Amino acid sequence: MTFFSKTAVMLLVLATAACTNPDRFGGGAGGAGSADGAGLNGGGAGSASDPSSPLFFNQTIGDRVLFAVDTSTITPEGRTILDGQAQWLLTNADYRAVVEGHADEQGTREYNLALGQRRANAVREYLVSRGVPAARLQVTSYGKERPIQVCSNESCYAQNRRAVTVLSFSAITS
Amino acid sequence: MMKRILTLLMALLLAGPVLAQSGPLRLTITDGVIEPITFAVPSFEAETPAAQQAASDISRLVVQDLAGTGLFREVPAAAFISQVSSFAQPVAFPDWRAINAQALIVGAVTVNGDQLVVKFRLYDVFSGQELGQGLQFAGTVAGWRRMGHKVADAVYGRITGEGGYFDSRVVYVSESGPKDNRQKRLAIMDFDGANVQFLTDSSNIVLAPRFSPNGDRVLYTSFESGFPRINVLNVSNVGRQQLQTAAGEMAFSPRFSRDGRQVIYSLSNGGNTDIYRTDLGTGQHLRLTQTPSIETAPSLSPDGSQIVFESDRSGTQQLYVMSANGGEARRISFGEGRYGSPVWSPRGDLVAFTKQNAGRFHIGVMRVDGSEERLLTSSFLDEGPSWSPNGRVIMFSRETQGAGGTSSLYSVDISGRNLKAVPLQGGASDPSWGPLQP
Repeated sequence: MTFFSKTAVMLLVLATAACTNPDRFGGGAGGAGSADGAGLNGGGAGSASDPSSPLFFNQTIGDRVLFAVDTSTITPEGRTILDGQAQWLLTNADYRAVVEGHADEQGTREYNLALGQRRANAVREYLVSRGVPAARLQVTSYGKERPIQVCSNESCYAQNRRAVTVLSFSAITS
Repeated sequence: MMKRILTLLMALLLAGPVLAQSGPLRLTITDGVIEPITFAVPSFEAETPAAQQAASDISRLVVQDLAGTGLFREVPAAAFISQVSSFAQPVAFPDWRAINAQALIVGAVTVNGDQLVVKFRLYDVFSGQELGQGLQFAGTVAGWRRMGHKVADAVYGRITGEGGYFDSRVVYVSESGPKDNRQKRLAIMDFDGANVQFLTDSSNIVLAPRFSPNGDRVLYTSFESGFPRINVLNVSNVGRQQLQTAAGEMAFSPRFSRDGRQVIYSLSNGGNTDIYRTDLGTGQHLRLTQTPSIETAPSLSPDGSQIVFESDRSGTQQLYVMSANGGEARRISFGEGRYGSPVWSPRGDLVAFTKQNAGRFHIGVMRVDGSEERLLTSSFLDEGPSWSPNGRVIMFSRETQGAGGTSSLYSVDISGRNLKAVPLQGGASDPSWGPLQP
């Protein structure tokens, strides 16, 4: 009985996490969110003020850090966010994460994939340096394939040059 | 009489065509300004009643292929003095000279059931002789376009002395949906945008398909697992197999070796991207670059001895050439800006690339030692060049700016002339031009 209710809660958490993360493009289901926090008012998985909820991680701490053009250096603002992420991941040891690196459209496709990997890896290394077990963190890169802002100027590019820490419960297979 | 004098005057004025008067019809493709060869294609004869439509369609396609190169100019049927009603009938050369048609193509089509045969003859009008011999191609009625392309390839070959590129296919990424939720699927088309077929659905991001040298397989990058991985797809049965990649690694930017047995590609691990080679038969891996920088977009020389690739080891993306077995690399790009996605030409003399400079993107070519750089295009975002089988034309992706930006395929001659969009429904990117079909 305990097992079932725990499973149910986990599923609910997963579902909520999936639909609140704008970078989760699940299997072509058209699940691309348009803006951070759009359509968030479900209660099941806790709220952004509940420090153990993925919502708290995604919104209150911040699930992403941004990068300057063609760099993978973590900025001071980024460090603050990643310190919060590391703390959260250490407290909530059941979670794993995939760090997804992204680039803006100003670059060739292959280079941007490699650049996104560099960014995601920089985030992973920072989190590991703050004590998060490396085994819980994987990295991938979408290059310039998944912009969240669509205009063709720096205001959008700055938002697209990002690395997003995407939480999950289950073991990650690749 | 007046017309004759005009014709003669024109012939004297045009440097290229004059040569056609004194020797056999021949167009030498150079990078200089080319005066197109004029040609006439009377509608092909239908030798069976059922061949009427195919005869008309095929002759129109031959015209479209040849005129589409920019190297040939059609003399329209309205100018014809004599008509060709039969394939066997002797050619009235004076009538074709009078309208200044340097080349004349006559043909005939037979249809029996679903089988189609097309035959043609090419005449050098000013020397009054046949260029090459009559030739025929057999296929199916449904495959009539291929028959037309084969006639056009043969004509192109006889006049230029080089291989054609009409009976070839291009594998690419078909795109739909808005920029922030773009759906991508692999597709294959004839070089001119006809006969589009989809090879995958759009449930996962797919990128940069690359034909095998004989066109039987396609390498591409798929996000099926959430991590970029390389798949090998069999074109005829759409069967797929994944290149073995360790957990935590990303594999992308693959190309076949010239024998189709090996794959060169990029592998990323721990923020570092290097170039590797894997034997598809044995699964054996070999690491070809060892630097902490980004090395990607490898492309082999036609003789298989060297690899051109991009690297940011100098601080920005530049082009380098190294041995196919790795080792010391020499930089070949030295102009302003960044250089990426290099592709070695099928002739071995040039490298095509994407150049990014001062907020613009260009497709360009340079010699393999980096000299004689020429930019062929300029736009908000041009990238990913792919060579035609004869190394005369480059196809690439062009993306438009802004929230409604979409990607299309374009082609351009290596002279920089004849830039045009490939007519396709919907968005398209990452073309890979396959070989001439057998």
